[in-house]
Amino acid sequence: MAQPQSDSVARDILVDIRDVHFSRGDRPILKGITLPIRRGSVTAIMGGSGCGKTTLLNLIGGQIKPNSGTIRVDGVSVPDLSTRELFELRKRMALLFQTGALFTDLTVFENVAFPIREHTRLPEPILRKVVLMKLETVGLRGARDLMPSELSGGMARRVALARAIAFEPLIIMYDEPFTGLDPISKGVIGKLIRELNQSLGITSIVVSHDVAETCSISDYAYLMGDGRVMGEGTPAEVQKTKSEHVRQFMDGLPDGPVPYQYPAAPYLEDLMRWNGR
Amino acid sequence: MERALETIARLGRTFLAAIERLGRATFFLYEVVIATRPLARRFFLVMQQVYAVGVLTLLIILVSGLFVGMVLGLQGYNTLVKFGSEQTLGLLVALSLVRELGPVVTALLFAGRAGSALTAEIGLMKATEQLAGMEMMAVNPITRVIAPRFLGGILAMPLLAALFSAIGVLGGHLVGVGLLGVDAGAFWSQMQGSVDFYDDIVNGVIKSVVFGVVCTWIAVFEGYDAVPTSEGVARATNRTVVYSSLSVLALDFILTALMLGEI
Repeated sequence: MAQPQSDSVARDILVDIRDVHFSRGDRPILKGITLPIRRGSVTAIMGGSGCGKTTLLNLIGGQIKPNSGTIRVDGVSVPDLSTRELFELRKRMALLFQTGALFTDLTVFENVAFPIREHTRLPEPILRKVVLMKLETVGLRGARDLMPSELSGGMARRVALARAIAFEPLIIMYDEPFTGLDPISKGVIGKLIRELNQSLGITSIVVSHDVAETCSISDYAYLMGDGRVMGEGTPAEVQKTKSEHVRQFMDGLPDGPVPYQYPAAPYLEDLMRWNGR
Repeated sequence: MERALETIARLGRTFLAAIERLGRATFFLYEVVIATRPLARRFFLVMQQVYAVGVLTLLIILVSGLFVGMVLGLQGYNTLVKFGSEQTLGLLVALSLVRELGPVVTALLFAGRAGSALTAEIGLMKATEQLAGMEMMAVNPITRVIAPRFLGGILAMPLLAALFSAIGVLGGHLVGVGLLGVDAGAFWSQMQGSVDFYDDIVNGVIKSVVFGVVCTWIAVFEGYDAVPTSEGVARATNRTVVYSSLSVLALDFILTALMLGEI
């Protein structure tokens, strides 16, 4: 897909990231990244560990501010919002953390009820119905009384997902949803991402380095490396890209544009030194 | 020469970092105090914390209070009996507890039991992204997590100190009257006659409220400011106990000096 030029395309873009630079201390993380995300799609953002994928999600969620560039969600510029406006926006966007980030002192039921209790004054019987509906969506209605410590990794992520859709958000951002899961749980999460996207029309952003699983559920994929977009297209297009960087990532090659060796002094010279570390 | 300069520079950096941290802690306190306002409508959140930091600390407070009172009874009797004034034992026990030992020992125990637990809990909530998750759900963790704990600690401390003093007096009575043969009537009437409500009891309560603010402030700040790793949380918990204990002892001196008006 080329840069969105016409108005109809521009209106179609829900999250618009343009020429964003971001550094932590002196270390640049994002170096002028442009990454539009279409309304109602499942967009994958893939890339090696530490290439700035999670940082990108934090920028969209307004947890951190970019050094330069624009980030717009549904037409509003996120870095310019006041705390109150940001919190209003966040009621319509959800971030699914890698660990699930469930509240360990609350049961599954109370975890899902948490955002509803915080933001509304629903009477208890109605609240109960809403929570059970959310839990049913992820197939864990029966686990309502368990504590987070009693859940498997996949179940914890499903509970977190139920909690994330409490207010039927506009966008869900998934941070490494597949990491550390067994193949069955991976399949379940993948199916849920797809289903929520189709039934509720939720725009989904999936950040992952799990190539196979992510490609199978996404409409469009970006490949990040070194703080930039290295390749983009439908999953099938990305699979066929010839670029060396994309190939190395998609095929999982140990050496290539991303070197196997961490930068160091020449090996022999290093071994021959007598002092220092 | 270069070494010396480097040492001086490092000293300066350490000092500046400490001052900067104090500044951050003060801004944090301001934020927390602002955030306590909405809690008036959701007071059960504070009550939960009074239970967590107060009721669950009760056992250690009561047992310690009993033993401190018993020791006071023994030591006091041994000294007083030399002057033939062992009948004032009740007064000695009550004044020591209400003015000093009650607030101070309670605060020290509180820092070790409840303060460290608060820091570890908040630090781990940060490490497991629960606080960030809350922010992403448009819930301010300062209002939802920190402020109730802060208020709960402030409410719990004077109550615990009062219970400590009360059970301490009973401990003193147990030893003085029960074992050493001080007259029960003298024990109580000396106490009633000479313990002043404002000078002794209210001043003791003021102390424990101040200790409550300081201990809980340190505990929640260290938790919130902790480096979100297991080592970071361990260090933060450690700092909570050390800083709280030192602050309590130093503040106790300052408060006592102010209350006695002798400096």
